[in-house]
Amino acid sequence: MITILGVPGPLLFGQLLLGLINGAFYAMLSLGLSVIFGLLNIINFAHGALFMMGAFVAWMLLNYLGLGYWWALVLSPLIVGIFGLILERTLIKHLYKLDHLYGLLLTFGLALVIEGLFRNKYGSSGMPYQIPPELEGATNLGFMFLPNYRGWVVFAALIACLGTWLLIEKTKLGALLRAATENAPLVQAFGVNVPRLVTLTYAGGVALAAFAGVLAAPIYSVNPNMGSNFINTVFAVVVIGGMGSIMGSIVTGFSLGVIEGLTKVFYPQASETVIFVVMAIVLLARPAGLFGRTA
Amino acid sequence: MTMEATTQVGIGLPSAKPVLFGYTSTQAIALAILVALVVLSPTVLYPVFLMKVLCFAMFASAFNLLIGYVGLLSFGHAAFFGMGSYVTAWTAKYWGLSAEVAILLGGLTGAALGAVFGWLAIRRSGIYFAMITLALAQMVYFFCVEAPFTGGEDGIQQVPRAKLFGVISLAPDMSIYWLVAGLFLFFFLFVHRVVHSPFGQVLKAIRENTARATSLGYRPDDYKLIAFILSTFISGIAGGTKALVFGIATLTDVHWSMSGEVVLMTLLGGLGTIFGPVMGALIVTAMENYLAQFGAWVTVTQGAVFVICVLTFRRGVIGELGAKLKLAL
Repeated sequence: MITILGVPGPLLFGQLLLGLINGAFYAMLSLGLSVIFGLLNIINFAHGALFMMGAFVAWMLLNYLGLGYWWALVLSPLIVGIFGLILERTLIKHLYKLDHLYGLLLTFGLALVIEGLFRNKYGSSGMPYQIPPELEGATNLGFMFLPNYRGWVVFAALIACLGTWLLIEKTKLGALLRAATENAPLVQAFGVNVPRLVTLTYAGGVALAAFAGVLAAPIYSVNPNMGSNFINTVFAVVVIGGMGSIMGSIVTGFSLGVIEGLTKVFYPQASETVIFVVMAIVLLARPAGLFGRTA
Repeated sequence: MTMEATTQVGIGLPSAKPVLFGYTSTQAIALAILVALVVLSPTVLYPVFLMKVLCFAMFASAFNLLIGYVGLLSFGHAAFFGMGSYVTAWTAKYWGLSAEVAILLGGLTGAALGAVFGWLAIRRSGIYFAMITLALAQMVYFFCVEAPFTGGEDGIQQVPRAKLFGVISLAPDMSIYWLVAGLFLFFFLFVHRVVHSPFGQVLKAIRENTARATSLGYRPDDYKLIAFILSTFISGIAGGTKALVFGIATLTDVHWSMSGEVVLMTLLGGLGTIFGPVMGALIVTAMENYLAQFGAWVTVTQGAVFVICVLTFRRGVIGELGAKLKLAL
């Protein structure tokens, strides 16, 4: 058996893969948070709850309608996206003229409501969601066994992140979005329907969270707390990366997942806290975050 | 970046002259009513419930010092409350310290932790400050889950109600009630005194216009840090007091939902009002007691109250009342 720095190879690669998977979720969630923050100027505290909702909608589609994983991967983001659209139109839009902190408080309240409702209905123990048959089993890569589903999660997350990056950086819609982030009244003066753009952005960011939720469903059990467990760490990721850049969020998300995985190998006691320690160091060295523009 | 609601009411009103400790005559009357309620209510209400309210009122007043007067929204105050609770419980149970020393150690723990977290977090403001404090508090939570001294999921149980000054027994509910009531009134007055001191005036100046306060020669970060440490000290005291009253310190006290709860109390009562946090603590604690039998509906209701508060009455119960009566309460 090969050993690297005194650690057995399979253990090291196994934890690296777990780290990459966690990193994939950090990247998708922090990406959605940054895009929403850029245009709406609110931190969407409900992001974790909507991620959880994505997983639950997948579970419901399977158990109530018999629609499997691949359907869920398309339908769940759509359904949760529409839910987000309704939230934005009915509640969040009233806050744009107020201090940012009110957006945080409102979405925190929404997160409590959503999580509480799911906990009432389904309890907090969690329910299993099967890996789709096409992705069962594992592939021997020579140095380790790669469970197919986990490989797929990293791949799908990368595609989703790069797709979002392309959409924002390379398309006309993305150009409008970036312009509105810089100066919304000016873009509106050019005849662009900015409120609609804002609504679509919120729905899009939320749909990305739901997509991540569906990917997460077979890995973690589907339970009402899965969102809040993640979101606190994602906030640290956002502070580390800064919310200025799309690519920044993606890179920060993945690399922090990997750092967490490596810590699990070399110093397991600190694996839960390492991201927060990194955050403290970044705050000391670069308060605006690694990719942040302004304080 | 300022909280818009706080500038509309409360301390901003240049109304009547202060007569006592910075209280105007109407506020002094309201304070007298509050003191009377604290003294008389255990004759009609269950003292343990009242002590819970008073502990949370202390906690919320400490939190309000930051959000209401400095404009800093900390989403991690559970860390200071919970660590205060753990340290008081541990020292009272295993070191056999008397009540006042155990509680003081709880407060000092909160302050020490607050000094480090504040030092890190005040580098950013607004929502970043909120996210950083939340993340740091989450780190404390994970630490408490792992660390042996907290007892993990069980917490520290069967904490004795240590004797006050080593002589006065606090075992009967009504004895410890007077200690809790005394601590509450002391820190309630203390927060108000801080806000109305020259130091408090500088805090308000920083909140309103940081650049101008800086140009006048004040260092905003120093003032923010001192306010943060004061707030975390009182939070630790509140947590420690709660641990002695209930004889238990658990992970619930350091969990992020506790941070959310103190935000809710302060928001519901009225950010930047004197009596708001007390009112908020009363409403939220009563609501929890009543809804406890319905399981997760507590969370749903709390969330709904958050949403309704933010959308319809951002000044909170006391803030709206004050605005209606044209009084700074």
